[in-house]
Amino acid sequence: MQAIIKNNQVIDDHWTLLSADTQLQQALDTQHAIIPLALWQAHKNELQSVAPLGIWLEAGQAIEDISDDLARFSVIALNFPGCNDGRHFSSARLLRERYAYTGEVRAIGDVLRDQLFFMQRCGFDAYVIRADRCPIDALKSLTELSVSYQAAYDQSLPLYRRRSA
Amino acid sequence: MYIYDHYDQHIVEDRVEQFRDQTRRYFAGELSEDEFLPLRLQNGLYVQRHAPMLRIAVPYGLMSSTQLRMLAHITRKYDKSYAHITTRTNVQLNWPKLEDVPDILADLASVQMHAIQTSGNCIRNTTTDQFAGVARDERVDPRPWCELIRQWSTFHPEFARLPRKFKIAVNGCTHDRAAIEVHDIGLEAVHNDAGELGFRVLVGGGLGRTPIVGSCINEFLPWQHLLSYLEATLRVYNRFGRRDNKFKARIKILVKALTPTVFAERVAEEWAHLKDGPITLTEEEVQRVSQHFTDPDYLTLEDQDQALAALDAEHPGFARWRSRNVVSHKKPGYAAVTLSLKKTGIAPGDVTDQQLELVAELSEHYSFSEVRNTHEQNMVLADVEQSKLFDLWQQLRDNGFATPNIGLLTDIICCPGGDFCNLANAKSIPVAEAIQERFENLDYLFDIGDLDLNISGCMNACGHHHIGHIGILGVDKKGEEFYQVSLGGNSGRAATLGKILGPSFAQDLMPDVVSKIIDVYIENRTPEEHFIDTFNRIGITQFKERVYASNH
Repeated sequence: MQAIIKNNQVIDDHWTLLSADTQLQQALDTQHAIIPLALWQAHKNELQSVAPLGIWLEAGQAIEDISDDLARFSVIALNFPGCNDGRHFSSARLLRERYAYTGEVRAIGDVLRDQLFFMQRCGFDAYVIRADRCPIDALKSLTELSVSYQAAYDQSLPLYRRRSA
Repeated sequence: MYIYDHYDQHIVEDRVEQFRDQTRRYFAGELSEDEFLPLRLQNGLYVQRHAPMLRIAVPYGLMSSTQLRMLAHITRKYDKSYAHITTRTNVQLNWPKLEDVPDILADLASVQMHAIQTSGNCIRNTTTDQFAGVARDERVDPRPWCELIRQWSTFHPEFARLPRKFKIAVNGCTHDRAAIEVHDIGLEAVHNDAGELGFRVLVGGGLGRTPIVGSCINEFLPWQHLLSYLEATLRVYNRFGRRDNKFKARIKILVKALTPTVFAERVAEEWAHLKDGPITLTEEEVQRVSQHFTDPDYLTLEDQDQALAALDAEHPGFARWRSRNVVSHKKPGYAAVTLSLKKTGIAPGDVTDQQLELVAELSEHYSFSEVRNTHEQNMVLADVEQSKLFDLWQQLRDNGFATPNIGLLTDIICCPGGDFCNLANAKSIPVAEAIQERFENLDYLFDIGDLDLNISGCMNACGHHHIGHIGILGVDKKGEEFYQVSLGGNSGRAATLGKILGPSFAQDLMPDVVSKIIDVYIENRTPEEHFIDTFNRIGITQFKERVYASNH
């Protein structure tokens, strides 16, 4: 079982991430499965009774593709193909702020300590730190910057609506 | 100028410690080269040909004398006692040590400065008119809006890993001195028929490999919605801009691919969700920021036309300097003075520690302790009493700042080029210098008149060659440095991109090539025409024939 960061703590993970080419049967046989988008789109009916269920999206896949089904997922995992890719920063904000998704938003892929501060502001609450790095070290980054100018998921008002002299 | 409160100060101080730790982890091997790259880039730190290069942010070009003195101190303590003014009005150090950078940032933070987002794939320093707040043709002071954008864009979490760099410029004047048409987003402050303030929004302009003039996607954006509209635009770009090819990743490629009309619709759809939300700007906030940009304590003075004319008659050097380096001011009796950093023999935009300190002193004496950097890589004292111009000129002349060439051929915009930059295909500084030497004669230079000559050492176009009336681009031909010439670019309103003259030239031919181009202009011009006017009237053919004739 891998250790992940969830709600600012390092915990053991109960979920299993299934690869992009996973077949339906394997998904049905796995407890706490995070399935790829294509499998969900192909087998919505067969997966209807599976609970809890997670889904994961590639960086180029749009959150709008699952926006009608969000209530079905306990975890939505967003994949970062490289630590330079910020597309899912927008996805996370949309999930939280536009679609009011309250389940877990998990960062997977090339997830390193120095992205976490931004990710948390965008609405991520779980991070699978790349296997060769220590999640306990990575925790430190969540509190590195104590003031932010912008409104985002973690702070619904911009600084100029909170500022006092 | 904007003065930090404890919130702003906290942010830059946290950043120093964050970067100190990132640097420590890099040296300890906890961060690989590739992982450290985006982190150091977002702090303005490139690893260059000889040493790291650190780019220090100068928001919309504005600095206090205290900040200048600190920059002088930093160049002495950590570098080789000089700095370089960039075309984004920032200040660049060419020789700092990587391990010193956290200390440099701490020194900067002590005077409300930083290096946040001066490079990397993020929102860069917002630029504007160097005469903001003092220009006679100004409708709206752009500086408060630049500061609001600075705060909104600083560590914006959603846009911290964009497909590519992102540059915003704001203009509030009749003339466009901020080149807003060649920015990722260009904002022009305007009033509508009801007299309300808003912005005309241009998007997708830019230079680089694919130079494009921006397209208007919103004729009038009410000011309250500035940040939500920017957020919508950036979100569309962040999600859908190309990331598979670095050279196709700027927003201009997305705007072109979708067409400006469709791009505008996508932004409008996104904006519909964000509009009137919590990031709607408030009167109070605009007021709070604007208070930092009110007029200084101007005296009630009268214009000194006669006294200055008398000095002109007596001192031709002063007259020449005044005609090029001094511009009118909104307040009677005042003037704005450009300090030329384009003296022949000195790399364009370079300034020594002693010069920085002198400018600080002069600004305290003559200009309310403020200085501006220009995107043409000069510096400005914006509020000088006309009756003190003569004194100031003498001091500037003694210190190498009074070359009377602002807007003339030798006021060359030039990137650091192959002498410093890793990306460059060719050197640019020696080319600038050779051309400056060729046109040293001031009478001739003045006779040629207004002319923008811009040089870039590679197609990334940091020297803005596309929008030079004469543009020079360094290219690599089988390992040798050659130079391609374009003519007819223009950076102002209705910006145009230069047309390529023909095959490229060896470095030592460049002064001759420019001379021939100038000859064609002189022979063809009418009395009232500048170079660009003659070019626009007669076209490129004669220039081409003259320049290439001798090769046969």
